[in-house]
Amino acid sequence: MELRKEYFADERKDDLKEIGQPRIRSDALGHVTGTTTYFADRTLPGLLHLKMVRSPHHHARIRSIDLSEAEKHPGVVRILTSKDVPQNVYTILTLIQVGPEDETVLAADKVRWKGEAVVAVLAESERAAHEAVAKVKVDYEVLPAVLSIDDALAPDAPVVNEYHGRNYYRYDSGECRKVRFGDIEKGFGEADHILEQTYSSAPIEHAPTETTGCIVMPEGNGRFTCYTNTQAMFFTLDNTSIILQMEGQKLHMVGGTVGGGFGGKVDVIVEPIAILGAKLTGRPVSFIYSRQEEMQISSPRAAEKLVIKDGVMKDGRIVARYVKAYIDAGAYSRHSPYGAQKSAAHFPGPYTVPNVWVDSYCVYTNRTPSSAMRGFGVTIGDFALEVQMDKLARLIGMDPLEFRFVNAYRDGDMKAHRQPTEGAALIECMQEASRIASWPVAEKYLQMSSATREA
Amino acid sequence: MTKVPVQFSLNGADIAEFVESGVTLLKLLREKAGDMSAKGGCHQGTCGSCSVLIDGELRLSCLTLAETCNGAAVETTAGLAESGVLHPLQRAFSEGFATQCGFCTPGMIMAAKALLDRNPSPSREDVVEAISGNICRCTGYEPIIQAILAASRANSLSAA
Repeated sequence: MELRKEYFADERKDDLKEIGQPRIRSDALGHVTGTTTYFADRTLPGLLHLKMVRSPHHHARIRSIDLSEAEKHPGVVRILTSKDVPQNVYTILTLIQVGPEDETVLAADKVRWKGEAVVAVLAESERAAHEAVAKVKVDYEVLPAVLSIDDALAPDAPVVNEYHGRNYYRYDSGECRKVRFGDIEKGFGEADHILEQTYSSAPIEHAPTETTGCIVMPEGNGRFTCYTNTQAMFFTLDNTSIILQMEGQKLHMVGGTVGGGFGGKVDVIVEPIAILGAKLTGRPVSFIYSRQEEMQISSPRAAEKLVIKDGVMKDGRIVARYVKAYIDAGAYSRHSPYGAQKSAAHFPGPYTVPNVWVDSYCVYTNRTPSSAMRGFGVTIGDFALEVQMDKLARLIGMDPLEFRFVNAYRDGDMKAHRQPTEGAALIECMQEASRIASWPVAEKYLQMSSATREA
Repeated sequence: MTKVPVQFSLNGADIAEFVESGVTLLKLLREKAGDMSAKGGCHQGTCGSCSVLIDGELRLSCLTLAETCNGAAVETTAGLAESGVLHPLQRAFSEGFATQCGFCTPGMIMAAKALLDRNPSPSREDVVEAISGNICRCTGYEPIIQAILAASRANSLSAA
């Protein structure tokens, strides 16, 4: 695009040999000949199949587990419960100071979401594993469940996760991530109009065509080779090492080829238990999600609830922006405390607002744990913000694109997080969008620049 | 478990195996015949990643029982290139950026081959219809459609 050359004239030359030239992807030949090796594209003699007994309840205490019938089932080689896992309680981001450890590899005394893994069955065939799973008897005492952000934060709500003791994550900054900039009350006091709206979203499943899984081979030298489609090789290595209390050098993670991830394969769920199965049986183990498990068990994008309250002047300037963001982590932290932090960091969006207040909460509910997905913590916030921008423009009778020009951040503006804006290009993008979309704006907006403010 | 004999040709080579009754063609291809090109994405006939040709017809190998393939000619993406020379569809997919994660690609190519084998000059609508049973979750449909159309043009050029 010509605009790019104008704007980034000092950053790029046009005589580059590779950039801007069409090149065949390095993996294309493997893909089109069907020879790209995904983790499941291997057969191993003596391969065992791992299937999970899963909680049928959103929230329940486990009274007892009876394996006697399942253990007798033909083809069953080993059945694993929480007692077999060296360190059964973990949390994925523990090595980057997200804690406490709050999730069980296999449920011990409680299940906190419908679908939670309770017992792992290892059998000679998938069929035998499925049949034995059906023979495991778990006696549950069903507990009241909280299935929404509002229910979780109600004063008398049952506690979802005892490791937190309350239904939200506690940051070093307190009960939420906070942004405080300017004087929010003063901003609302000056505003010609105030608009408060609530936005909410449902969880979204990534639905990769290749389901989550791994195949583990115990090697003769005491190491384990784990073929995996994880998107997070080092989280997987670290957490497996912690969960299995096994030195990292014994774990040989092989991956990098992923049949669609979209953020859905950054949790560490299948590898530790499959490696444990291989260790305890001395045989290779395959743990691959069924399509149903991929859709219902793997972490989705978090549900969110966003309350946005803005003070706006008749001339279009937003003078105050107040946001309460609630990220539904489901029953366990996984990546959601980080997601809620990103959410706080993203507001008030790419706009310069003098008075900003943001509270971003990571909330626990008895729902499927949510985790990473393409801009998690940000994408839903952007949806809400931009709908809010349109509503504000309508409220004051202004063109929605011109309204964004008035508020766009520009170089030198102090952002709510006290970082000066650098390298902004929103004005130029909107100018180009105005031309391409034939959405005319007044000449003064076409004369604007991100680099300077007009007098 | 009782095993039944199954004999068929896979990309022109003879295959003879004993399988458990009820085993799918997909499982036989991957676990016995060593052909990993067909992928299992859903095992319920909805994603198309396991698509193969059986006697020239497009079939979902995850829903096809191996024992029904006796005497059949089965074709997969692994057999498309001849003596290392890519099939026009394979060339068009790689040159046209019609692959992303690659998981749907072998099934997508077989669906396209089934189309071009019966209709060498398809319209865009024909192509869309032909791949309607194949999910590309990376959502790279437009390059895939363009690649199939490009392959059909390359075919007609080489035939002329």
